[in-house]
Amino acid sequence: MALLNELAKKKEGLVSGHRLCPGCTHSVIMRQVFAAADTDKYDIVIAAATGCFEVSTGLYPYTSWNVPWIHTAFENAASTIAGVETMYRVLKRKGKVKKDIRFIAIASDGGTYDIGLQALSGAIERGHQFLYICNDNNAYQNTGNQRSSATPFGGSTTTSPNGKVKFGKEQPRKDIMSIIEGHHLPYAAQASPSNWRDLMNKVKKALDVNGPTYINVIEPCTTGWGFPPEKAIEIAQLAVDTCVWPLYEVENGKIKINYKPQKKLPVVEYLKPQRRFAHLFKKGNEHVIEEFQRQVDEQWEWLLKREECGL
Amino acid sequence: MSEKLLNWDEVLIGGAIKDPGNSKNYETGSWRVERPVWNPDTCIQCMFCWVYCPDSSILTNEEGKMIGIDYDHCKGCGICVEQCPSKPKSLKMVLEAEAKGKTEEELRKEVFSK
Amino acid sequence: MGKKVALTGNEAAAHAIRQIEPDVIAAFPITPSTPIPQAVAQFIADGEMDTELVTVESEHSAMSACIGAAAAGGRVMTATSANGYALMWEMLYIASGMRLPIVMAVVARALSAPLNIHGDHSDIMGGRDTGWIQIIAENSQEAYDGLIQAVKIAENKDVMTPALVAMDGFNISHAIEIWEMEDDKAVKDFIGEYKPLFPLLNTDDPVTHGAWAPPNWYFEHKMSQLKGLLAAKDVVAKVGKEFGEVFGREYGLYEAYKLDDAELVIVAAGSVCGTTKDVVDKLREEGQKVGLLKIRLFRPFPYKELADALQSAKAIAILDRVSPAGAQGGPLFNEIRSALYDTPTRAPIINYTYGLGGRDTQPIHINSVFDRLKKIVETGKIEKQFDCLNLRGEWR
Repeated sequence: MALLNELAKKKEGLVSGHRLCPGCTHSVIMRQVFAAADTDKYDIVIAAATGCFEVSTGLYPYTSWNVPWIHTAFENAASTIAGVETMYRVLKRKGKVKKDIRFIAIASDGGTYDIGLQALSGAIERGHQFLYICNDNNAYQNTGNQRSSATPFGGSTTTSPNGKVKFGKEQPRKDIMSIIEGHHLPYAAQASPSNWRDLMNKVKKALDVNGPTYINVIEPCTTGWGFPPEKAIEIAQLAVDTCVWPLYEVENGKIKINYKPQKKLPVVEYLKPQRRFAHLFKKGNEHVIEEFQRQVDEQWEWLLKREECGL
Repeated sequence: MSEKLLNWDEVLIGGAIKDPGNSKNYETGSWRVERPVWNPDTCIQCMFCWVYCPDSSILTNEEGKMIGIDYDHCKGCGICVEQCPSKPKSLKMVLEAEAKGKTEEELRKEVFSK
Repeated sequence: MGKKVALTGNEAAAHAIRQIEPDVIAAFPITPSTPIPQAVAQFIADGEMDTELVTVESEHSAMSACIGAAAAGGRVMTATSANGYALMWEMLYIASGMRLPIVMAVVARALSAPLNIHGDHSDIMGGRDTGWIQIIAENSQEAYDGLIQAVKIAENKDVMTPALVAMDGFNISHAIEIWEMEDDKAVKDFIGEYKPLFPLLNTDDPVTHGAWAPPNWYFEHKMSQLKGLLAAKDVVAKVGKEFGEVFGREYGLYEAYKLDDAELVIVAAGSVCGTTKDVVDKLREEGQKVGLLKIRLFRPFPYKELADALQSAKAIAILDRVSPAGAQGGPLFNEIRSALYDTPTRAPIINYTYGLGGRDTQPIHINSVFDRLKKIVETGKIEKQFDCLNLRGEWR
């Protein structure tokens, strides 16, 4: 990966003037994606699912996109890009399109883990050449922080609030990576904008693969998660360092953990700065944090074991 | 920029926008409560502020080096200050109210001489 | 020159699609339209058409992929029925709102519940306000001809609006009829090359498709869209005439069957019109002044032309193949009655629901309608504004 000075010379695919909250990492991730893309070799076309990122960057008559971009609905970024990519193959074959183009679908966890899962599964199974990026902000943030299947255990959202008898979301996160991996696609990875070099390597790799690829990116949400905007990258880093958000990739079925914290921090370090977990630090909720830690440890151990076994 | 409101028979069909990146004409700088102030003297040009800026507001030259901040669009989130690794930090947050009426140079002197 | 073939309505649609040879088709199987994508898949497998078939995992994705493909900049078609059409519903609005000239064959079928796979118009009538051009075919020939014309209509620069051509499930889709298939090249020449307006794949000129429009813009976009849909009326007439010049079968916005001096008139759409024509012929032989107004273009609704065509009528019965679902009558009834309000005629108008879920409608039933109209004219009294044809038990 080139030095940042080199990357800063490139024309940006996403420009300023969008209406994302101050400190939102949606655009940070996207800027890193564009920086990573080998745009000397190919052009980029994007399909976006409905969500914060979409409404903030495509608000008529304004667009923040310097590349062709399409939004149609919430649950279908994958099937929309599947149609675009199919047309590309046809028109390329018929000589009506000359350029090399790579296709990226962007959605958040609501549009990926939940309402868009069927379309995503279908598009991956059919083998379209596209990179699907899930900017996972752990809830339906565009409609005001409602729980999704990506909301962490114990997390308080507007539809899984903590209260006198409830401690927030009672279920662990859906293991989307395992579901995606079950499609036996050539490349899937998990990344974080805090670790930009790693994220860029993954994007570059994914865009070079012939076939569907998937990258799950943690997208800290200052508004929904409740932390000061300047802490966004730090929160992402804490997710990585606590192994709440392990950085790994699965290439042709084989896992590689890209980052092993020298000192794995306890999950409380990640939970504490966020309002959505504040209630967990009240008396009587100790068991929730314990269970949270147990789930994180279990997943991390499982990943380490997989790597050890070469799976 | 105040946007020109077109009549129904003037809009492009299908709601298409044929002016890529025109959101640059929409200034989000007014959202700011605080602004980052940059000190080129201590800046090590690591470009972390650039790679982490949500609003593409770190201005660069043709060598890809930082040359300033786009205050028309910077929303004042403060990520750049938080992530600035130089010692002392080359970016600091200042209340907009305090920045009012001062040139960048004046403000820089004031902030970094403290 | 064309040739006479004996094939089903679904095969007629499939052959039209083969000859149109769109760049992309995204489709999901659903009875009774399944044979269309099946046939298309076979044509592709045999190298008879150069099209990519996206075998999506749902109709929602079918329409989503069609929208993506059409926005990308090529010709796109699909086919569906009933629940599949209903699952597309959200995306139907988006296809028309984005002004993408997708063409779809709809094999009209009942909607659940109860589950029923047979013909009626619950699907297309449910989607009548999705902003699509809707053409309803009476038979296989019209389905075939209609799909070819629909491409040219939808892609017209003043229209740029998706279009569907509907045929009745099973009555047409699975019945073998003799119809005329034109030469492949003649069809291609007729529809011509497609020139997309703002193709997404033109990366030199990046376009943003599908931005959201706040209250100070949405209204203008919807009215701009409406103008495109309304423009389709004249284009349907023009293309129908051109089609007649090239292939010898001319089409208008509607078909007036023995209507000029008709006093007792049935208004209907779809396969029931064939049965009605037979009854009209028989009654005409007996000297009765009966006629049929067959709806062809349902959206945009050519209200003025249809009202004009009904001026000789002394009593009118409108046949709707869908439950009125709480309205004063079926959609066709409401449209026609509304259209007539602005004209001199005050002919009594009654409404029938018929054929739900594949229920047979036979000459005896159509005869009963004309009998009722006759009685109304004789007595000057409408005893029942709404009734059902071939329903067990009297509707009350």
